[in-house]
This record gives sequence, C-alpha cells and structure tokens, in this order.
Amino acid sequence: MSKTVRLKKGLDIRLLGEAEKVTITLPLPTTISLKPSDFHGMTPKMFAKEGSHVKAGEVIFCNKYNEPVKIVSPLSGTIQSIVRGEKRKILEILIAVDATQESLEMPTKDISTMSGDEVKETMLAAGLWPFVKQRPLDIIATQDNAPKAIFISAFDSAPLAADFNYSMHGQDADFQAGLDALAKLTNGKVHLTLSTKSANDAKFEHAKGVQINKISGKHPAGNVGPQIHHIDPINKGEFIWTVNAQDVAIIGRYFNTGKYDAHKTIALTGSEAVAPKYYKTIIGANISALLKDAVKTEGKVRVISGNALTGDKIDADGHLGFYANQVTLLPEGDQYKFFLTTGWLGLGFDKFSNSRLFPTFLTPKKKFRLDTNTNGEERAFVVTGELEKVFPFDIFPMQLVKAAITDDIDGMENLGIYEVAPEDFALCEYVCTTKINIQDKIRQGLDLIGEECM
Amino acid sequence: MEPNFVKGGKLEKWNPLFETLSTFAFTPKIITTKGAHIRDGVDLKRTMMTVIIALIPCLLFGIYNTGHWAMVAEQGNRDLIFWADQSTKILLGLKVVLPLIVVSYGVGLLIEFIFGMFRGHSLHEGFLVSGMLIPLVMPADVPLWMVAVATAFAVIIGKEVFGGTGMNIVNIALTARAFLFFAYPTSMSGDKVWLAGKEVDGVSGSTALGDLASFMSDKPVFENLDAYTSNYSLFDSVVGAIPGSVGETSVIACLIGAAILVFSGVGSLRIILSFFVGGFVMGLLLNLIGGNPYLDLPAYYHLAIGGFAFGAVFMATDPVTAAQTANGKIIYGFLGGLVAIIIRVLNPAYPEGVMLSILLMNVLAPIIDHYVVQGNIKRRLKRIKTA
Repeated sequence: MSKTVRLKKGLDIRLLGEAEKVTITLPLPTTISLKPSDFHGMTPKMFAKEGSHVKAGEVIFCNKYNEPVKIVSPLSGTIQSIVRGEKRKILEILIAVDATQESLEMPTKDISTMSGDEVKETMLAAGLWPFVKQRPLDIIATQDNAPKAIFISAFDSAPLAADFNYSMHGQDADFQAGLDALAKLTNGKVHLTLSTKSANDAKFEHAKGVQINKISGKHPAGNVGPQIHHIDPINKGEFIWTVNAQDVAIIGRYFNTGKYDAHKTIALTGSEAVAPKYYKTIIGANISALLKDAVKTEGKVRVISGNALTGDKIDADGHLGFYANQVTLLPEGDQYKFFLTTGWLGLGFDKFSNSRLFPTFLTPKKKFRLDTNTNGEERAFVVTGELEKVFPFDIFPMQLVKAAITDDIDGMENLGIYEVAPEDFALCEYVCTTKINIQDKIRQGLDLIGEECM
Repeated sequence: MEPNFVKGGKLEKWNPLFETLSTFAFTPKIITTKGAHIRDGVDLKRTMMTVIIALIPCLLFGIYNTGHWAMVAEQGNRDLIFWADQSTKILLGLKVVLPLIVVSYGVGLLIEFIFGMFRGHSLHEGFLVSGMLIPLVMPADVPLWMVAVATAFAVIIGKEVFGGTGMNIVNIALTARAFLFFAYPTSMSGDKVWLAGKEVDGVSGSTALGDLASFMSDKPVFENLDAYTSNYSLFDSVVGAIPGSVGETSVIACLIGAAILVFSGVGSLRIILSFFVGGFVMGLLLNLIGGNPYLDLPAYYHLAIGGFAFGAVFMATDPVTAAQTANGKIIYGFLGGLVAIIIRVLNPAYPEGVMLSILLMNVLAPIIDHYVVQGNIKRRLKRIKTA
C-alpha cells in the first residue's frame, strides 16, 4: 500500500555550513526557556510561579482555552523569571537549571495493551501532546478532533537541515514505541514518509504498524505539507495530525522509561559557524554554551533557532525553540550594496537565485553564503509564475496568498487553505520578487479561518 | 545625508526622491524580520532592467531603420540600398528616436514622481520599461507633443488611477499608442507618418500593412499579391527593413529580445509561442477561405509584418496585464494572436490589429484566469464527493 511520490517542483537552496556528522554532547544548560509563541494560537495559563521549584516533567503552563494541553519543564530547576511584554503577554518562562536533576516518574506502560483514549490521556498528562500538530491551521492538535491519518516525515529537506538518519541513530526502540503510541490515536493510518535520495536508517525503513511512503524531489519534499497533499489530501472538515520525527522518539521514550526526557540532537549549521557539527542538548536549552567559540567573529551574525527559511531569530544568548532541530548562523545583511558591484545590477555570482537573472545556474554545485538582506524593497505583485515553480501542490499559490491578504474567507477555502501551513510557503517567500512576508500573510489567513470556520 | 529625509527631518517631503536615487545606487540595507531569513537575489529593479536589455536590439535596429527611411524621404528614392551609408543613417535615426525617448521618459517619470510624492513612496520600476516601449511603438514622424500627451494619459489614466505599478488593467505603452491612434488618427496611420522628416512627392511612406489594407479599397497600391510580396519580401520583413513604428519592424530583433526574456524567465514562453501559433492558425483559416489578396496572404507573412512579433514578445507578455495562471497564459496568448489577425484582415480600417487585440486580451485576462482557477476549485470539491 505504500505510495511513491515524485515532486517536480521545489528548490534546494545551497547554503554553506552543513553540519559535519560528529556529535558533541553538551553539558546541562544553565537556563532553559519555554516560549508560548512557539505554540501558535495558545494563550498560556501559568501553573508555576516565579521562584517555585519544578521537576523535569512538571507542568509549567497549559492552554487557557483547552486546559488538558500542558507544557512541562524539560529539566528540573527554579522558575527564574516570567518575562512579560505589552499587555502583560507572557513572552518567555526562564528556568534556572538544577545541578542535580530529578524528574517525575511514572510506571512504564505497555502500549499494546492500552486503548486509544488511555494513550491520549497519558500523553496529555505527561506534556507530550504539544508535539502533535494539526492541519488545517498548523497548531497543536485539538485532542477531540479525530484525525483521519497521522503523518511523520523521516527527513528534513530544508536548507542545511539535520539528517535524522544520523542524528536519531540508535533510537530505534524509542521511535518505534512512539509510532505505536501514535497509531492508537487514529482509526486511519500512520504514514511515515522516507526520502528516496539516501539510504534510510533501519528504524525508518523497517518501522512497523505504519504505511511507509517514499518521496523524491527538492525541498519542500521533506515537509509534511506536500506529502499529505499527494498521499491523503485534507478536505474541509477533516483533520490530519503531524509529528516531527525526533519528537516521535521523545514520545516513545516516555512510554519506555516513564520519564519526560526531551533530549535531542540538533545540528549547528550555517556559513558563520566555525565548525558546524551535531550537538546533543535539550528542548529550550540556552545556546550560549553551543555558540561559545563556534561563531566566526567578523560582522554581525543572525542566530536562528530552526532553519533559514522558517526558523525564529534569537539572541546569541537565547534559547532553542520547542520544535527546532537545528540552529543556523547567517551573516546579517544590514549594509548598503553598491548597485554595480554587489547590488541589484551586479554580476551576482554571490547571489543564489531561482531565476536566471543571476548566474546561479552556471554553478550548479556551488554553495552560497547568503545574508539576511532582502535584496530589494517591497513591491506590488508584478512577476507571475515564479511562486508556482517552488510550490509542489495542486494549488494556485499567488491566488491563495492574495485571498489571504484580502481576508477573503470563501476564496481561501476554495483555493485550498486547509491543506497548507506557513512553512509550505517558505520557498515562495524566498523566491518572490515582491519581498512580501508571505508566510506571515498565510498565518494571518489561517488565523482568520480558525476564528470563522473551525 | 539620510537623516534629513527620514520622518521628521526637514526634507521629509522629498524622501521619495531621495529614496529613489539612493535605492538606485545602492541596494538598501533592509533585512528580513519575519519568515524566511534569506531572500532570493531578484528584485523588481533587476527584472525590469532585464526587459530593457531585451529591448536593446529592437531599439538599435529601430534607430538604424528610422534613419534609413528618413534618408529615403529626403532623397525621394525608395530603392536606396538598406545597408549603405550606415553612419549617416544612424545619425538621422538618432535625431528622430532620441527625442522620442527623452520625452517619453521625461514626462512619464515626472508624473510618477509626483504621484510617488503624494503617496509617499519611491519611484516604482514599472515605468522604466513602459518609457522605453512607448517610443518604440510610435511612428517615426509623430510630433513630440503628442508623445508627451499620450504618455501622460497612459501613466495617469492607465496606471496611477489604479494604484501604480502592478495594479494596471491594460498595458501602459499600448494605452499610450491607442490614445494617439484614436485621438489623432491622421498622425498615427495612413501613408504619411512612417518616414521621419520632410517628404518628397512621389515617395510613399506607406507600411506593409497599409498597402495590404489598400487591396480592399478602390485604389490598391499593388495590382496583385505577387507584386505586393515582391515589394515587401519576406526577407526584408523578417530583417525589418520596411517602414513601420520605430522599434517594431525587425522580427529578428524581437526574437533576440524574446530569447533574453524567455531564458531569464522574465517573459513567458507560453504567451509568446501561443501568440504566434494563434496568429498563424488564424492566417491559415483565412487562407482557406481566400477570395481576395488580403485573405490570400500566406499565414507566415502575417507573423512577419506589422507589429505582430513585437506585440507578442514585449506587449502580450507584460505580467501585470497578462493572464497569471500557466494554462491561462496559453489561452490568452493564443486568443491574442488569433484576434490580432482577425482585426487586421477583416477590419482594414484598423490595420494594426495587434495593439487592439492585446488591449482586448488584457481586459479579458482576469476572466480567463477566473475559469482556470475555477477548474482547480472544482477538482478540489470533486475530491470530497468521490471520497
């Protein structure tokens, strides 16, 4: 029953600074942070107070409008501060980490004997639920919306992404336990989608209880969006849940050990990293230990939790995001560029472009050091057909973006807003001549749909 | 210098001007804040510049061709050898074409600046191309003040009232040409306007299309089609050594431009090809009907004379006014070519059917897109029903 999908559209942005396959285990971070903004649309209701002590696995906050969904502390420590912004909105919860760790422990459970509801209750109570995301809307899954299928992508095709075959090597038992748990949550199938490009790790190739699909093509082949679209597309009124491969292992580890253990291996990448490598650390960890002596010092550097297309900008002493599998270091592009040399009319051998307006196509192997300059000012939509080249859906991207910008709910529904997440538009945003923040527009469109139609 | 121009500075009002000049000289230091942290190198400036580069062959050939026919008019000898006296012809051509370009850019950019100052934004790049296209679609002998009026009309009514670059419904350069065509028909058609300078009696400055149209009148210029095709040989028409609007005559120059546009991805191959196919198919159909020299003119001739190639390559492909969906572009181009030949042949009062056809298709493009998008929507709805 497995399906093989071939994507013809897409774009692999060739950046410098791929992580070497060497893993360094970082010591316990001094602080960890949880940011409600990582969980889009969630209004946090605090459980822990400033100064109180929490164990690993203890609840920090929950969703005010769906209280069973809880976020727990990855490590034991003391709540150092709750950082608030305008209107007392909670921006970040900082936890000073204990030197000796203690965690909440549950008796281990045999998944095969559990019912779907029991698995769901266990995951909600243990704080594992935020790993399960839902489409439409690309938010944490609402536990009562029965999904018609669950999708897991076994690889990440984003620029410089971590290779799960390497970073998750040896986690076979945890990963399989995670799959078993997820399989209990749906009456439909659990789809695990593999890349045809490389040899896949045994835990992916021989995963049990799931439908294994293969997909080939350029980025965004590794995103669940196109995988869902070509394997089991979402129609209005249907739900599909998705989980990151690394997070499946975290879920499985809980069932195997009875402990919430949010360790994962992330890749430090990007042209400004001295020696990009893999690092074993934990969700929400302070990255100053990671970046120590690892950043090239010349010029300003943008630190991104996540990949260059969809990640979040963080400070050099900031913290890893909840879903991040990599940290990307790029040069900031806040300089003027003279138009004939490095600017808009230059030869542009240093620019990576999907269009033939730059000689990128002459150097198909070259890797690029791209900065964060927008390379131009915002303009109206003039050029057509460029988004379509990197958008492997049977959806009209420009029309959908325009519907989202104009708050046209009917238009968005008709054009397929239920099937997409902002990350699916990341490449569109990259290639678009207008320099409009397309992901942001799609997010606003999804929020509107969430309010009006769900 | 910059602080004077930012909000609150003493020269705040002139910020659009400052920004236009500074962003021309330097790609600004704007950095990404949301979403993708890196962005493609392309921007509208480079895209538009590519179109201008693609226009250069047409422009250069247009200058030479205009010079040639100006010399023909001067000496009263239609049989001058085309490739002789190059430098004189180039000078003569420059004398005609340069003022056209200066007026077109001058008037257009001034108006765009004024609108930009009111709206508080820098100059958007769309007019860089329109300003070059306008002189190229004008007859050589058009008075400069008419170019100025037409440009002003096109920029204000054709574009700025809709919101500026990217918002217009119909092609700006064609709006300018259509305005003159209907407001001052004697300066835009007939056999007097195509040769620059003073005309000597006995030299007809008529174009291939004009002479073709004359078959339908009481006094045809040529007695039969053979005489016509020997006067306007296919070779001359493809090379462009015939009278016509400044930049439109040479099919070869247009095709070089097309190659640049298609290779760089700025112009749509779908539109260009389907436009030619549409014109050719219609020409064949008319050949089948036959009966008079106009209908009997071989279909491929239609593609070589008049502004057909220029329209297909530079006008129909304007992404703002063309269809935006891939399939829509094919339909749009095909119908555009088809209608151009229908107007040209079946309504000889308007020999230049390409202009009218593209303007018509500009207006129809959103409808074509609508049906293409509806097809996609229906496919999605069908999925629910079959599931």
